[in-house]
Amino acid sequence: MKNRKFVNSDIEPKKNGIHHTNGYRSSENIIKSKLTNEHQDNNVATDKYKSIHDSKESFEEAPLITACLTYFGFYLLMIIGYINQLFFEPKVATEKNRDGYVPLFDSFERFYLRYVYRRVKDCWNRPICSCPADTLVLKDRITPDFGWSFEFTGTTTKCLNLGSYNYLGFAQTSGPCAEDSIKSIEKYGIATCNARRELGTNALHIELEELTAKFFGVEDAIVFGMGFATNALNLPSLLSPGCLVVSDEKNHASIILGLRLSGATIKVYKHNNVKHMEKVIVDSIAYGQKNGKPWKKILIILEGVFSMEGSIVKLPQIVEIKKKYGAYIYLDEAHSIGATGSHGRGVTDFYGVDPKDIDILMGTFTKSFGSAGGYIAGSKSLINFLRANSHAHCYASSMAPAVTQQILTSMKIIMGLDGTNEGKKRIDQLARNTRYFRKRLAQIGVITYGHEDSPVVPMLVYLFSKIGAVVRTLTTRNIAVVGAGFPATPIMEGRIRFCLSAAHSKDQLDYALSVIDEIGDKLGLKYSRKPKDPNPIEY
Amino acid sequence: MLQAESSPYIFSVLYDIIFQAPTYVIFLELSLLLLVIWIIIHKQSNGGKHLTQKQKEEIIKNWVSEPLVAEIDENHPALQNNHIVDGPIGKFITVDGIKCLNMATHNYLGLEEYPKIKENAINCIHKYGVGSCGPRGFYGTVDVHLELEERLAKFMDQEEAVVYSYAFSTVASAIPAYCKRTDIIFADECINFAIQKGIDASRSKVVYFKHNDMRDLEKKLQEQAKADQKNPKKAAKTRRFLIVEGIYMNTGEMCPLRELVELRAKYKLRLFLDETVSFGTIGKSGHGITELLCVDIKEVDLISASLENAVESIGGFCVGSHFIVEHQRLSGLGYCFSASQPPLLTQAAISALDIFEQEPRIFEQLNDVAEKVDEQFRYFTKLELKGHPLSPVKHLYLKHVDDLEESEKILRKIADECMKKGLAVVAAEYLPIEKFPPKRSLRITVNRLLTADDISNAYKIIEEVSKSIA
Repeated sequence: MKNRKFVNSDIEPKKNGIHHTNGYRSSENIIKSKLTNEHQDNNVATDKYKSIHDSKESFEEAPLITACLTYFGFYLLMIIGYINQLFFEPKVATEKNRDGYVPLFDSFERFYLRYVYRRVKDCWNRPICSCPADTLVLKDRITPDFGWSFEFTGTTTKCLNLGSYNYLGFAQTSGPCAEDSIKSIEKYGIATCNARRELGTNALHIELEELTAKFFGVEDAIVFGMGFATNALNLPSLLSPGCLVVSDEKNHASIILGLRLSGATIKVYKHNNVKHMEKVIVDSIAYGQKNGKPWKKILIILEGVFSMEGSIVKLPQIVEIKKKYGAYIYLDEAHSIGATGSHGRGVTDFYGVDPKDIDILMGTFTKSFGSAGGYIAGSKSLINFLRANSHAHCYASSMAPAVTQQILTSMKIIMGLDGTNEGKKRIDQLARNTRYFRKRLAQIGVITYGHEDSPVVPMLVYLFSKIGAVVRTLTTRNIAVVGAGFPATPIMEGRIRFCLSAAHSKDQLDYALSVIDEIGDKLGLKYSRKPKDPNPIEY
Repeated sequence: MLQAESSPYIFSVLYDIIFQAPTYVIFLELSLLLLVIWIIIHKQSNGGKHLTQKQKEEIIKNWVSEPLVAEIDENHPALQNNHIVDGPIGKFITVDGIKCLNMATHNYLGLEEYPKIKENAINCIHKYGVGSCGPRGFYGTVDVHLELEERLAKFMDQEEAVVYSYAFSTVASAIPAYCKRTDIIFADECINFAIQKGIDASRSKVVYFKHNDMRDLEKKLQEQAKADQKNPKKAAKTRRFLIVEGIYMNTGEMCPLRELVELRAKYKLRLFLDETVSFGTIGKSGHGITELLCVDIKEVDLISASLENAVESIGGFCVGSHFIVEHQRLSGLGYCFSASQPPLLTQAAISALDIFEQEPRIFEQLNDVAEKVDEQFRYFTKLELKGHPLSPVKHLYLKHVDDLEESEKILRKIADECMKKGLAVVAAEYLPIEKFPPKRSLRITVNRLLTADDISNAYKIIEEVSKSIA
């Protein structure tokens, strides 16, 4: 019933929303909506945000010649791969004792992994033998046979860590988090060996759920032992066939898996494109399900900070759309919790959106909290529903005590409950590092994607082979970064991703930037045609 | 010139063709043409409808969403059963402040006894911190992960192992890495929920056979073989899988692995074996059901197991040949897209493996206790014991109640009462969306450290409570 009232009170602004391009409203309409809409303040604020934040996000297009070369380079690699396959026996294991069976693997996939991916295979899955803090220690390995196999040399290399999701620098081997975690092992042991619904709940889990709810200022929260599973094992219980999911095209694999398991209809909108999302919703409601019935409910699923794009979701506009049509929002804050907002509470904090306007707040503890696991926070009725229906709550093992304690201590530090301003210092340091690093990169002339306040910074290198070249060159200069190429990104958009951390110092960033500047000339990474800021960037 | 002359000629030829052709041909072609046009228009106009802006607004105005979630009754057991555990979990467990004999949690081997595991885990925090802050691909591979994988492969006498950070996601990711939409999976109907979800994610066709019923399985395989003969082209592209558990979590029964292996070879199936319960519990050195039944491990294509039960850590792993297992490193969703296992939990698993290798007598002890429990627990007045004698997981079913809801209520009451009397047992929790809802039971786990006195005490408590409640 509550929903019906809601939809009706929103009819007036709804019409306007459809007709006006860009989703902007004329002043007259704003006055109208002020009279009819109880969320008037939000709407005016939203318009302000739109103009401010759109200019802060950038997705510069590649020069045409680069685009052509990228495709050409990729197909060249494929052709050489096919020729290679004709002449050289692959050095891989084969299936034994299964004669007459249908082959287990798809042939194109096999070809791609053997003859294209293998060339740059050394850039991923690199083992480390230290804490993933501001620096990390790589375990050196060499390949004697062009990527078919690897051998460890026994040596190690210390590198500046621009690859781990250690946004607030809580990946530490000492300090309050580590100490408390150790105490929790002494008190509770390693694991609980049972699911939450049975006998897997201890006082730490209860405390963490209460603290998480308090952190966001919502009624309740529930925590799970794995971030990936939080999406994959809860979305199916929230959705059923007949529900519509409007999902961002760049959403994470765990969301896509959860949706696949749910049986709901999925419609994808262009990345962070609010206009397209609104169109999808309008058309979907208007045309209903395939069988002619109206949709049961509509859930908009998006991430706070997109881990491959570095963009920040346009939350205020989406909240407005959600209210207009009576949809619900599922916000995955895996990369934004802790890392954005002046209190570290994620994108709601960043935009000043009321967290209660987000129906389902989801996130992980892997990144900013330096631990593992995930949470869902929201209204009491939502969390009660999950306690009764969540797959993970019923069947999967509960969170390990040390992991729970690490989150508790780091969350308390972020909230300032430890009596120091350590948390605030870390949040500010990360924000400063982010702005500085992004601005300096722009000055250097490389193309970066995303929002200027996003600590995930993808630098576009386009060509598949350049991903490998950059990662390898940076490693020789003691900088560890992550590369991403097809199929994780479109063929066109090979990229290098930097993840900033509060643990990084200005000197470390300056060193990284000077190296990027240098190799940018050597490897030809300075694609940007935007005017450059000639003045030195302030830290 | 040529064109001008030829066009009237073409028309006359067309005229001839149309009038000479039999009427049914014209009719057929016309209807085909109409069909094509209809399909094209139908596709463009969004389900045969085209709405004007006004109509759309009208529909949107009237559309009412269902509430996000259904309201859950306050008396729902999930909200009521809030037992809180305190302190370490070993032979005893403290539930709601009462020290109970532990027959509820899955730490069968009682590794709490070995302080080395905790010590090593603590040292691990000193070296690596708590979290790994990244997936395996992006600097989340810590050297302890590699060590654990190597050790597990060696322990199971297989070529390669791959470690996941959560047991549920292990098998649920491994299955869809191999099984695709066009494939067929034969699975036991009592498989645990994680496997069910893995099968759902694969979107393969799935055929369930009756629990441990080899005749039923063979019948279904023969039916499939017949269907294949009718469509050999399709059959030549369809992969077939057989998915079973070593010891079934939901029934405590052991699978007839030898017969399964025979059927695997006869019908060209690939066999996936989930050893969530059987790894580290049965077999002379804890290798699981292949060791116990003396089946060559190479006959099984993939073994998945949990590190959350006998190993008493968090995580899961798959072992098998290079050819099979390597594939998961790029296709196992829970492996590629999730943060890796926190190093301290990896180290705890390594330390547990050390104990497995150094003291294989613990498996014998566990099996002895399991058999003793099996002997004693057969004689309840109101409860019936099911499960293999060697299994560390056993189920007690109500003898006289079949209704799921009612039995669930009674069993929860029994479990709660037992806990008050100093014995921790649980009424196994299942969600209503289970494919084949398992019969409700008290799930009993066996701990290696239980003495004969403990077992008879436990028997007395359960007998007394169940008699008064059921």
